[in-house]
Amino acid sequence: MSILGGGVFKGMVVTLRNFVGSYFYKDRLTTNDYSWRPNDKLPQRAGDYPKEEGEQLRDTTTVTNYSRNFPMLLHDGGEPMDTVRCVACQICERECPPQCIYIEKSTEKKENASGKPQFYPATFDIDVSVCMSCQICVEVCPFDAIVMNSQFELSTPNRFGGLLLRRDDLLKSNDYYHRIHPEEAAARDQRIADEKAAKQAKKMAAAEAAKNKAEEKARAEAEANKDTADAEKDAE
Amino acid sequence: MNTATAPNYELIQQDGLETSLLEISMGPHHPSTHGVFRMDVKLDGETVVDLKPVFGYLHRNHEKLAENMSYLSSMPFTDRLDYFNSMANNWAYALAAEKLIEVEVPERAEYLRVVMAELTRLVNHVSLIGFFLNDLGALGTPLLYAFREREKILDLFEQASGARMMCNYFRFGGLRNDVPVGWIGRAREVVDRFPVFLDEYEQLLCENEIILSRTQGVGNLSRELAINAGITGPMLRASGVNYDLRKVDQYGIYDRFKFRVPYGEAGDCYDRFMVRMLEMRESVEILKQALEGIPEGPVMGNAPRVFKPNPAEVYGRIEGPKGELGFYLIADGTPKPYRYRVRPPSLINLTVLRDMCLGGKIADTVIILGSIDIVLGEVDR
Amino acid sequence: MSHIVSHEPILMKFPGTNWDEEAGALVVPTAQAVAIATWLRDNDAFSLDYCSNVTGVDYLEREIKEKITNKEGKMETVARTEPSRMDVVYHLYSMQKQTGPLVFKQRTNREQPEVESLTPVWRSCELQEREVFDLFGVNFKGHPDQRRILMWDEFEGHPMRKDYTEPFDYEWEPTPHDEILEKHQRGKVIV
Repeated sequence: MSILGGGVFKGMVVTLRNFVGSYFYKDRLTTNDYSWRPNDKLPQRAGDYPKEEGEQLRDTTTVTNYSRNFPMLLHDGGEPMDTVRCVACQICERECPPQCIYIEKSTEKKENASGKPQFYPATFDIDVSVCMSCQICVEVCPFDAIVMNSQFELSTPNRFGGLLLRRDDLLKSNDYYHRIHPEEAAARDQRIADEKAAKQAKKMAAAEAAKNKAEEKARAEAEANKDTADAEKDAE
Repeated sequence: MNTATAPNYELIQQDGLETSLLEISMGPHHPSTHGVFRMDVKLDGETVVDLKPVFGYLHRNHEKLAENMSYLSSMPFTDRLDYFNSMANNWAYALAAEKLIEVEVPERAEYLRVVMAELTRLVNHVSLIGFFLNDLGALGTPLLYAFREREKILDLFEQASGARMMCNYFRFGGLRNDVPVGWIGRAREVVDRFPVFLDEYEQLLCENEIILSRTQGVGNLSRELAINAGITGPMLRASGVNYDLRKVDQYGIYDRFKFRVPYGEAGDCYDRFMVRMLEMRESVEILKQALEGIPEGPVMGNAPRVFKPNPAEVYGRIEGPKGELGFYLIADGTPKPYRYRVRPPSLINLTVLRDMCLGGKIADTVIILGSIDIVLGEVDR
Repeated sequence: MSHIVSHEPILMKFPGTNWDEEAGALVVPTAQAVAIATWLRDNDAFSLDYCSNVTGVDYLEREIKEKITNKEGKMETVARTEPSRMDVVYHLYSMQKQTGPLVFKQRTNREQPEVESLTPVWRSCELQEREVFDLFGVNFKGHPDQRRILMWDEFEGHPMRKDYTEPFDYEWEPTPHDEILEKHQRGKVIV
């Protein structure tokens, strides 16, 4: 445009188009729309946060099925400490980049979900003011015991201890994990099942092989005994 | 002549007036300095006579921390170097570390890496233009239009890796996990709508007389000085040098994509702004080609469980959105690196800040700093 | 692919340099550094006009055990002490010819580290050499503006050195509690 101010005018046409369009087309809005959240659901005082297992304010405009925030320990249902998967191997403590995990192993073993006596964590503290949600603890855990939670509303009025999550705060059930990260939880369960099946198949194959070998040996011995018995008979 | 000399400047003399230089610290807390960055500026009226940049306010000693941690554990810290482009930083580190061990990255992982890197480039350039216009005084309109598109791309990052900005997605030998079902379709939708947004953005900005008169001729950087001062990235290309690491080094699988490299002539702020606009269009081209061709397959190669490379030195670099991001690693046979060095493009691009700003007005200083595109996380590490 | 630069002509022209095979780098004596760098930049065959990365590396005195075959043909482990040194490493590329990298090292001792500054040759070394001075303590002769860049001006010590110990009171907190409060009440002790 050759008029002075023509370029500015063209730009203003764009702004006007966006302004009018934002009343009709949602994707012209530049802000999040929080109208889904009815006011009575918001906590009014510090202690109002819902404490039941799995109950959290799901802000569905910002928390999705894929987002990760702070870690949590998994247990397989029932009483948390009876079926806890963590065996306090301390690999996540070593690999954690900002060193925010503190683990103390228990002194005696206890039976875990599959009946095997294992150590368990007597103390498992994560300092969420240090944790940077990098997910490396999840990657290096050999027992699928620690995974990422998506709960972010963890603020507390207690400055000196409130941001330290202890073991019992961190324990959440596998069902809860399926509710917040369905795809990831399903994939993880599938992988555990596959590994177990593979191990079972290997054990069966080894047992088969051992059984065959034992049968071979028994047959060979029987042959040898028969031969010596025949030889003795002939000698008589 | 390689080192620039300050122009011989004469103070304004007028009969009866006693003048002196005004020293201002455009201090660390400043809305236009893109982070905690300080400039000690000596002014004569409104003209800049001397300028000294001061940084180090965000120095977190990333290099020393990495010497005490395993190679994998410093991957999340590379996210936080240039916090707008976490995927690109991850790729540079993964590239450098993969040179230390023999590992083959699977095809699907290579394609996804290119997709993530180009999406990051789109995010960076569009946010930078938004911030640049904020510095010019546009008070947020182009910035929020840019952020509207950025939100869509950050949603894609969240679905792939779990976090919007600090993704920690790349690993030595591939990627951490595969993208979920339907991600490629969603990415294609975003990429198809991007040129429409770019057309609207260009109509908003590129013929605006205020922008033209404030950015053309401001902050000229000559070609020879740019090469000698080690400037890389869009700033170098705006000064007329055709040097893009995606074409020179051809790391990853960039040799399979057809794209052009835009470069400018005058090396002023307007050229840097336009080079970034054009680069976004080229990134959309690359993305279209990459998203068409993603094969099925695994996303993680056979990297060793414990990453313990043989003693060697390696320098791996990529064309990050801000310039050449390089990692220099010295391995000594233990699981921790002996020396870990980040070559920060933002820091080196700041070498010529003083040369470009001398003799101009103080308002131009803010624009020039905006067009250099710095992120303090990278400058200070 | 960026073509690697061949280093043979440099070794022939400047007899003081030698090639470190393990690192793939050209080790240059400090006295000739500026001359060699200028030649590398201006010579048409090389035209290394872009210095990409300048970094310092600190090596303490260490013992290296190597397995070699001795005269009788048997493998034996030989230990040798590698003396301490400090390196300044430059990565050079050529934008004109699109070749590179050539790794260029200047070696110096750890007690009084001093090397030639290559800022008059490549301007990109300016801020990076300041960083090496700040974090390692290497003195660059001929640098136009050598002062601390990332740490504050009154800081003492050079953090990236391998034998650097942090001062005791780095955990200063405005509202100390628990252990930190106890340490403060006992008085600050700088080790």
